Amino acid sequence: MAQSTKVQQPKPHIAEEWVGRVYTGICIFILIVAIFSMVYFVASRGLRTFIGDGVNPLELLTGLKWNPGGEPALFGALPFIFGSFSTSILAALIAGPLGFCAAVFMVEIMPGFGRKFLQPVIELLAGIPSVVYGFVGLSVIVPLFRDIFPGQGIGIAAGALVLSVMILPTITTIATDALAALPSGLKEGSYALGATRWQTIYRIVLPTMLPALLTGIVLGIARAFGEALAVQMVIGNAPHIPRSLFESTSTLTSAITQSMGNTVMGSAHNNALWSLALILMLMTFVFVFIVRWLEGRSKI
Amino acid sequence: MNAKLADRIATAIIVAVSGFIVLLLAGLLGYIMVRGLGHFSYDFLTSPPETIRAGGGIGPQLFNSIFLLVLTMLITIPLGLGAGIYMSEYARPGKFTDFIRLLVEVLSSFPSIVVGLFGLLVLVNAFDLGFSLLAGALALTVFNLPLMVRITEQGLKSVPREQKEAGLALGLSKWKTIRSIMLPVAIPVILTGTILAAGRVFGEAAALLFTAGMSSPRLDFTDWNPLSPFSPLNPMRPAETLAVHIWKVNAEGLAPDAAEIAAGASAVLVLTVLLFNLAARWLGRFMYRKFTATK
Repeated sequence: MAQSTKVQQPKPHIAEEWVGRVYTGICIFILIVAIFSMVYFVASRGLRTFIGDGVNPLELLTGLKWNPGGEPALFGALPFIFGSFSTSILAALIAGPLGFCAAVFMVEIMPGFGRKFLQPVIELLAGIPSVVYGFVGLSVIVPLFRDIFPGQGIGIAAGALVLSVMILPTITTIATDALAALPSGLKEGSYALGATRWQTIYRIVLPTMLPALLTGIVLGIARAFGEALAVQMVIGNAPHIPRSLFESTSTLTSAITQSMGNTVMGSAHNNALWSLALILMLMTFVFVFIVRWLEGRSKI
Repeated sequence: MNAKLADRIATAIIVAVSGFIVLLLAGLLGYIMVRGLGHFSYDFLTSPPETIRAGGGIGPQLFNSIFLLVLTMLITIPLGLGAGIYMSEYARPGKFTDFIRLLVEVLSSFPSIVVGLFGLLVLVNAFDLGFSLLAGALALTVFNLPLMVRITEQGLKSVPREQKEAGLALGLSKWKTIRSIMLPVAIPVILTGTILAAGRVFGEAAALLFTAGMSSPRLDFTDWNPLSPFSPLNPMRPAETLAVHIWKVNAEGLAPDAAEIAAGASAVLVLTVLLFNLAARWLGRFMYRKFTATK
């Protein structure tokens, strides 16, 4: 008799427990399905260029002429790849030192003022939508470059400058976190030996936080690499490798935005654009891999 | 060089760079506001855009942005909360959990244009949603899920261990403990993060170009039946959001006042994001005080 009550009592609990398990399980399942289907669908479309249209992958990666709609159709995507890499790496070269300085300022030099003013500024910079950056780049940076340098003002320099402001928050935030997590004994030891603040930062702090700083920079490059509209607005969108920093060119993302809406699904041109998207996706994997590797090397 | 001199020079450079960053934001905001607010009027905020003539407004775009934000958050919050709770409470440490973590990391670093293309392929074409608000909201959900998962995990981690253990010790089920003890404590962190994520949705454009579309049908703001094709509430209609509109006006705008429209719309976007930021800060601080009874 006593047994039946024993069995019945835990039941609401177990039912409740299952509600939680099933609900969270479904959510995580949807997440996993979304990622896998994304990779699968983009890859299956992107590979059609090579399988269905018979384009040699090497031609896509190294060809210099892009004219998939023409006769003969040319699928050289190297100008886009070059454009993407040059703008994002240049942007990281500009934003990296700036982000490092901002992080040092916030943690080492003036923590009170830094946390109160610089941190909100960085957060706001991160929140400004990318199209707004593109618009400001188009109406301020491009005319400025047009006046100072030969050419139309559009091109890699303008794109890199816009992107550098966009990725500055990413780099700064990660560098700040790394700096703040540094054991204080490390710095105190250096100061006790009579080192100045700069000597401590340069010889002790920088080498220790280098993996974290590089993580931030790689994440910044990844963001710049995938940024579409801001770059598209200031880069000019000519499908060739430019001879100067101030000449119209294209990136992978700008080529996709430019033509995806104007091509018919399933045509060779359209498939080629999906191949560009596939390159973008594969580069994302590479960036995540590099970040993981750097995090593994982190000494903090 | 003298070590002390080097120290002074380096400090001066670092301070100068930090000052430059603050000036950069001030200049950016000032430029957008000065150019944009001059174009502000009730008419600009409510009237539909013009394609060729000057004087077009951003009314439907503004409505679309807000409606899309609501739709996206309606889908993202329950999904992200559930997935975050799973990752933080139910997932057992091991290879599978590490793998999910990797997946979330990968998803969070996917370029938004790739998410948009995925939406075009799967939601717009395969599921036959067409260019629609719903397709846009689903694409943005995919885009925002990793962030939401991370926010939830962070929030649940901030809950003191003793509080969770006390709940379990009272004989509550794990789900009940999470729902009625841990989530209320975690709410300030989750809410702050969610508002910031909402700001991101409001400004996103690349993922929407090929999902929510680049055009808006003539909306009839007196028709509130969600099934009617001209109703603003119909989730199956194409909808151009504010961010997409800025891009379109700049890229292919024919109106003579395209630059002013873009400036005005940018000012609206930036003001909204500022508002979201301030709201998140204020709300986070307010709830923290309320829940912890600190001053």
